[in-house]
Amino acid sequence: MALFNRTPRAPLEYSRTLWLRGWVTAVMVFLYAPLIVLMVFSFNDSKRNVVWRGFSTKYYVKAWNDSTLVEALVNSLTIAALATLFSLVLGTFAAIMLWRFRFPFKGAVDGVMSLPIIVPEICLGVAFLIFFAAIDWPSGLIWPFNLSAITIAHITFCFPFVTMVVRSRLASFNKEQEEAAKDLGASEWQAFRDVLLPHIRPALVAGALLAFTLSLDDFVITFFTAGPDTITFPVKVYSMVRFSVTPVVNAASTVLIILTVVLTALALKYQGVKSIAESH
Amino acid sequence: MAEQNWKENRSSFFASALGPLLWTLVFFIVPMGIVWAYSFGRNAGLTEIDLVGTLDNYKRATEWLYLSIFAKSFGVAAMVTLICLIVGFPVAMAITFASEKWRPWLLLGIMLPFWTNLLVRTYALMMLMGSQGYANKALGGLWGGASWLKTLIGLEPLPTWEPVQLLFNNFAVVFGLVYVHLPFMVLPLYSALDRLDRSLIEASLDLGAGHFRTIMKIVVPLAMPGIFAGVMITLIPALGAYLTPDLMGGTDSQMIANVIERQFKRANDWPFGAALSFMLIYAMFILIALQGLRKKPAETH
Amino acid sequence: MTEAKLPIISIQNITKRYPGAPVAAVDNVSLDIMPGEFFVLLGPSGCGKTTLLRMIAGFEIPTSGTILIDGQDMAAVPPNKRPVNMVFQSYAVFPHMSVEQNVGYGLRIAGVGGDEISSRVREALELVKLDGLEKRKPDQLSGGQRQRVALARSLVMRPKVLLLDEPLSALDAKLRAQMQFELSDLQDEVGITFVTVTHDQDEALSMAGRIAVMNKGEVAQLATPSDLYEYPANRFVADFVGSVNLFEGKLTLDEPDRAAVDCPGLGKVYLNHGVTGSHGSDVWVALRPEKIYLHVPGEGKAIRAAAQDAPEDHNLARGHIKGMSYLGDITLFEIKLDSGAMIRVSRPNLSRHDQEDFTWDDRVSMHWRADSPVVLLS
Ligand SMILES: Nc1ncnc2c1ncn2[C@@H]1O[C@H](COP(=O)(O)OP(=O)(O)OP(=O)(O)O)[C@@H](O)[C@H]1O
Ligand SMILES: [Mg+2]
Repeated sequence: MALFNRTPRAPLEYSRTLWLRGWVTAVMVFLYAPLIVLMVFSFNDSKRNVVWRGFSTKYYVKAWNDSTLVEALVNSLTIAALATLFSLVLGTFAAIMLWRFRFPFKGAVDGVMSLPIIVPEICLGVAFLIFFAAIDWPSGLIWPFNLSAITIAHITFCFPFVTMVVRSRLASFNKEQEEAAKDLGASEWQAFRDVLLPHIRPALVAGALLAFTLSLDDFVITFFTAGPDTITFPVKVYSMVRFSVTPVVNAASTVLIILTVVLTALALKYQGVKSIAESH
Repeated sequence: MAEQNWKENRSSFFASALGPLLWTLVFFIVPMGIVWAYSFGRNAGLTEIDLVGTLDNYKRATEWLYLSIFAKSFGVAAMVTLICLIVGFPVAMAITFASEKWRPWLLLGIMLPFWTNLLVRTYALMMLMGSQGYANKALGGLWGGASWLKTLIGLEPLPTWEPVQLLFNNFAVVFGLVYVHLPFMVLPLYSALDRLDRSLIEASLDLGAGHFRTIMKIVVPLAMPGIFAGVMITLIPALGAYLTPDLMGGTDSQMIANVIERQFKRANDWPFGAALSFMLIYAMFILIALQGLRKKPAETH
Repeated sequence: MTEAKLPIISIQNITKRYPGAPVAAVDNVSLDIMPGEFFVLLGPSGCGKTTLLRMIAGFEIPTSGTILIDGQDMAAVPPNKRPVNMVFQSYAVFPHMSVEQNVGYGLRIAGVGGDEISSRVREALELVKLDGLEKRKPDQLSGGQRQRVALARSLVMRPKVLLLDEPLSALDAKLRAQMQFELSDLQDEVGITFVTVTHDQDEALSMAGRIAVMNKGEVAQLATPSDLYEYPANRFVADFVGSVNLFEGKLTLDEPDRAAVDCPGLGKVYLNHGVTGSHGSDVWVALRPEKIYLHVPGEGKAIRAAAQDAPEDHNLARGHIKGMSYLGDITLFEIKLDSGAMIRVSRPNLSRHDQEDFTWDDRVSMHWRADSPVVLLS
């Protein structure tokens, strides 16, 4: 890093001022140090988290042998995958509807559809708890149908995010392109598939990533919606953190962090840092 | 670009509208409606709730005890937002003015934590801040250094270092919320600063203003929409935060979300919990309305 | 005054290389700009004009070389401390401030008293004819008005030098012509040194006292507008400023008071003055379209009479009209010479029917005066 290079600084090269570099470095350390320490100590050969006793993977083995933990992870990934799929479809349709059509009460529909983004998680969680209790949603079904309530809740708060991302991408779409396609003989559906879909693809990737991580991330809503037999990964980790801090939590968390990084890297490889950042 | 009237293309309109509208109706409006109805109900038996249309729940929710918790939650959220703004603004500046090569990576550096599991991040921070954690060790090291300096100039050394309790108090809650919400603040700030015409900054410098004055008089006023967006994106989730105060707070640092949770999971007073939920939602609406009052509404991110 | 005036800006061997760029944006440029001058930097897009101007203002750091303003080395002086002000290409009028606040901004920063600020702001707005619009916000102004706000905002600071980066490029043709005059008048009135950047040669010729033509980061020629046009120093300048016919040839006669060039394309060219260049060397002849007379062949006497300042067979050419465009004040002809080369000739429409004198495929002859061609070595 050219921290101390001598070429004089032009006035707007703020990021070359020493104090700003120090500031950014400090913020990055603040953001990453806890995660890195957590990951490092997942390999610690000691029950207590604070003293390094040598390298070991035994807590990964332990985590792997903890069947409820593995089950929770599988549940979480299943829910996230389903929620992403449904959110993408619903969110894209909603975005296209709001972008393309004029219809009565459009402002109200738009507002209500983006409400799940701003309503606090706790309120949504409470609402789902009451809702599923009131309509007597069947519980104790076989896997994966026992996850349906949680999945429905996740779709509800994920798809408005997809709508938002896709809609901002649609704003840059030139409608004449679609008209040109139709002029050349494409049907409504062909025009959608061949012209509109390629244009919003970066937003779909970003929206999928967002929906997947939001779903995987969610604790509060799941906490209220989950029955005793439907444990998700965050709920499991929560109870582990609450009742016993063991390095197994570190190991499980490390797996999740690595999963996030891999997902991000995949999205980046597919789309490039810039477009992901922009569609945010 | 002109929008199409839905009547001109009914089949396409219904194809795109039916799913989202139905879903929103059944799985969002109906549940919220039930909560709203419950907030006027009364507990009758262990699982029965009578919808009697009473305002008792709201009366109780506006008692001093609960109002003070609301006020405190708001105070904590406001403080968290302010700290995020102060910490995040220079970071957003640095990203905006970084070289082409560095900018995407800095952005990624901010976004990766945003994508990482909230619980994992909170747990990681707790691990670091525990009484045996590294934060305490670092402070102890500083203390030892100071003590050594004092002996160097011939003074009494400081008393031996006692680990401080960093967790389970209000400080921990604020610290944890800042840790969690910082990326939320930086991203809208960055997108507002990035849109700023650089020649405006240059013009200000050219007219004799220093960098600090340029930032205060030109950059900040013009980045106001982004600042408002960042404030809202940080303030609203911080106000409704559950996990951080629950895990990192002490007995006196419960926020409103924790009180709501207690009504459902422990106290089993659903109508009262529903009323508190709606109070929180109304508070959000007021905040958003306040933002809407500004002349140019800030674009949501 | 006995002692020579000192330059207000002295640019000495300035080079700017952007990181990662293969060639320098500004390459070893040296210039002196005199106090009170209207100086124009002219050149095609990307030749480094803006970069040079921004180095004077302090927004770019030169890779090497020195910039002196009023005799003082500017290397360590930040933009906000330099005695120059800049009018930006995009105007950079602060959108959240009224006209008045924009113009008063620099004075407020400098800590000037309230009364003085308002009187000086009023004065500056009068100067640029914006009085009455004090309370408007920039988005309620036209492009030309915004440009004048930017101008007033800089003028009010009473800088030693005003730097203007393509100040008129965003305006329509009419307004631009008007603003060109206004800028010149203003400069006369305030007596401040103006350094203006433009890629529009008409703008440069009409406003400038002196012009530096830049090409690929280097100064191709530094001269007054008329010298630049009539005595271009090289093919680049001849071609960039105005339009020109260029022919390759060999110097066949090289005496102190006359010269001749043999051009395979154009024929024999005679000049009634000496040129720099040695006998037999390869040169180019530049001939402006408006300096060529057009005749119907057979008006032989007239030709000989007109070309009498040159020896027989010199400064004459014949060809066919291959293209014509009527531009109102003049008509432009594309003529294919007998040698196969093309030449452009313009002819003023002195009477209403002049454009009917010639038409496509007409055979024509041309001649030009012995002081019209310019011999270029590079
Ligand atoms: N910030 C920069 N980084 C890298 N290269 C640059 C930068 N600014 C300008 N250049 C390059 O330097 C050269 C000169 O640019 P400059 O802006 O000075 O041209 P100009 O003469 O003002 O052109 P124009 O008439 O189009 O404004 C160009 O090739 C340009 O691509
Ligand atoms: Mg330029």
